[in-house]
Amino acid sequence: MLEVTNLQVKAEGKEILRGIDLTVNTGEVHAIMGPNGSGKSTLARALSGHPEYEVTGGTVLFEGKDLLEMDPDERAREGIFMAFQYPVEIAGVNNAYFLKAALNAKRKHHGQPELDAIEFMQLIREKAKDLEIDQAMLSRSVNEGFSGGEKKRNEIFQMTLLEPKLAILDETDSGLDIDALKIVAKGVNAMRSPERAIIVVTHYQRLLDYIVPDYVHVLSGGRIVKSGGKELALELESKGYGWIETGAEPVQA
Amino acid sequence: MTQLAEKLHPWVASGRPAGGPRWLQDLRERSAATFSSLGFPTVRDEEWRFTNVAPITAGDFQLAGAPTGLSPALADGLPYAGSGAHRVVVVNGRYSPELSRVGGLPRGLTAGSLGAAINGELQADREIVQRYLGQLADFNTRAFAALNTAFLDDGGYVHVPDGLILEAPIQILFVSSGESAAATVSYPRCLIVLGDRSQARVIETYVSATTNAVHLTNAVTEVFVGEGAVLDHYKVQQESEQAFHLGTMHVHATRSANFSSHSFSLGGRFVRNDVLATLDGEGAEVTLNGLYLADGDRLVDNHTTIDHARAHCPSHEVYKGILGGRAKAVFNGKIIVRQDAQKTDAKQTNRALLLSDDALINTKPQLEIFADDVKCTHGAAIGQLDEDALFYLRARGLTYYEARDMLIHAFAGEILERVKVEPLKVELESQLYTQLARDLAEVDAA
Repeated sequence: MLEVTNLQVKAEGKEILRGIDLTVNTGEVHAIMGPNGSGKSTLARALSGHPEYEVTGGTVLFEGKDLLEMDPDERAREGIFMAFQYPVEIAGVNNAYFLKAALNAKRKHHGQPELDAIEFMQLIREKAKDLEIDQAMLSRSVNEGFSGGEKKRNEIFQMTLLEPKLAILDETDSGLDIDALKIVAKGVNAMRSPERAIIVVTHYQRLLDYIVPDYVHVLSGGRIVKSGGKELALELESKGYGWIETGAEPVQA
Repeated sequence: MTQLAEKLHPWVASGRPAGGPRWLQDLRERSAATFSSLGFPTVRDEEWRFTNVAPITAGDFQLAGAPTGLSPALADGLPYAGSGAHRVVVVNGRYSPELSRVGGLPRGLTAGSLGAAINGELQADREIVQRYLGQLADFNTRAFAALNTAFLDDGGYVHVPDGLILEAPIQILFVSSGESAAATVSYPRCLIVLGDRSQARVIETYVSATTNAVHLTNAVTEVFVGEGAVLDHYKVQQESEQAFHLGTMHVHATRSANFSSHSFSLGGRFVRNDVLATLDGEGAEVTLNGLYLADGDRLVDNHTTIDHARAHCPSHEVYKGILGGRAKAVFNGKIIVRQDAQKTDAKQTNRALLLSDDALINTKPQLEIFADDVKCTHGAAIGQLDEDALFYLRARGLTYYEARDMLIHAFAGEILERVKVEPLKVELESQLYTQLARDLAEVDAA
């Protein structure tokens, strides 16, 4: 589904990613871990087309198409969804109105009929329950005045609504208490399917207790320095990132 | 005659009305004299620093005559013509009984001709007019208000008696007929008086009957809000693209009165709005909302003054502008807190969205505080659309254009959604978004 080859990315003139190779197939959940500044969020944002991240080399194929040629909105309509680490507050744009516009933009793109207000409200009422999204959150401005947990739940809610082929969660666990984390994880797990892939970017192993990955990659200095199964995350948890950063192999206990 | 007086002479020399009661004749004379001694403001005047009135003073404006060609059907087709349940129509400053629809007004309420109220049969109206007309507007220091008063004869008039709660909005529709080939000037006048504990909604709309008519509208509105009375006031200015508009509104709010103003400037090539509100009674509350759209080579200048003269008065102010093309805007928000006005709570916000690199705004909050136990906040934000918000919307599948339009509509929406008269809100949205779509198409083409 996603094939990243030798991806190099600059932000604010600084080289952040120095050649990422990553293959993600449908049905898989990949965790990207790494210390602060290793480039994990840069990878997520570059894949979503953030204008502040400049791709200086490499290729990214999404379902065989050149992803880097696409505008961010085109990527979204093609089925890529990034849950923001810091969801943006947008004063004056009603959350439900925004969700409907986003959903219909995608439906239109795929030749499906747009949902009218009644159909849309029925749909979101169903989906809102599991994520404990209440009516007030829908009728407020997008993310405005939302607590940290509400913002993250709103992100996952958007994901369940837009049903992406590839979901990228950019440190969705940061700032969440354990209850909010469980709600978010439940939402993500409900999205796991053989037709969909998920990339979980996180600093901490804790989230991976709830969203169990098939693969774990460790990023350091803008490169993937180690890949493995879910047990790699546990290893990182017990030993920290130090041994990765120094490039030394962990001593087998 | 001095050089100044000679230059000003044509403005007041001829065409001034003569009749009416003695006090009115005196008022006109004094105003004409005041205007002649003040002269037109220049950019050396602090209040006019960024707005040069030379295009007006250099213009050759003929006093607009009595209009002829305006039929009721034509009036119905004017923008915002159907905003109110009752409609007072003033053409070139003169009340038009044919175009007005003021039948079925509640008992004791007067809405109609200012001239009729001045000279009419009803003693109550004559007394009210004499008490308030020319008493609220400051024409001693303001040249354009003085000039308007020098021509005072007719206009719009609303008097809501004590205790009357009027649900249906009253519209005063000011039309510049623009039927003459020459540039014309008119001096619309309006007096709105709310008795104690009364409540009303009044909509003033300023439009041109002819597109591209070159005319100068020099308007003055005086508003008195009695004790505990509530007035929701709207001003919509959407005159021709060649029009000059100078509008001054003076509001006097007494004890526990509540006055809200919603000002929309969507037309004209040179627009200056002055709003002055005095909170002259404990517990009075004033809200000033404003939204303006400036594009092409237009100039829109909003000057507001909120004068806290008594204690325990809150005031709220939000002005927003959208600028495109080579447009120029000015916002000056003055808040005065007098020595007696303890526990004042004044909030002011001014925001402008620049759609093009050539648009320009000069903005200034101006706080003059003489009391020590007060809360005054002000904030200004000028800039482009929020890049983070744009990206967020695009990351959810909206195109750049959809995302941009959504953000601009949200920006304007904060002011539009405060309009409590539904047909007015609907038409304002439609007019604003149509103009915006045109401006944005220009931006995209550039």
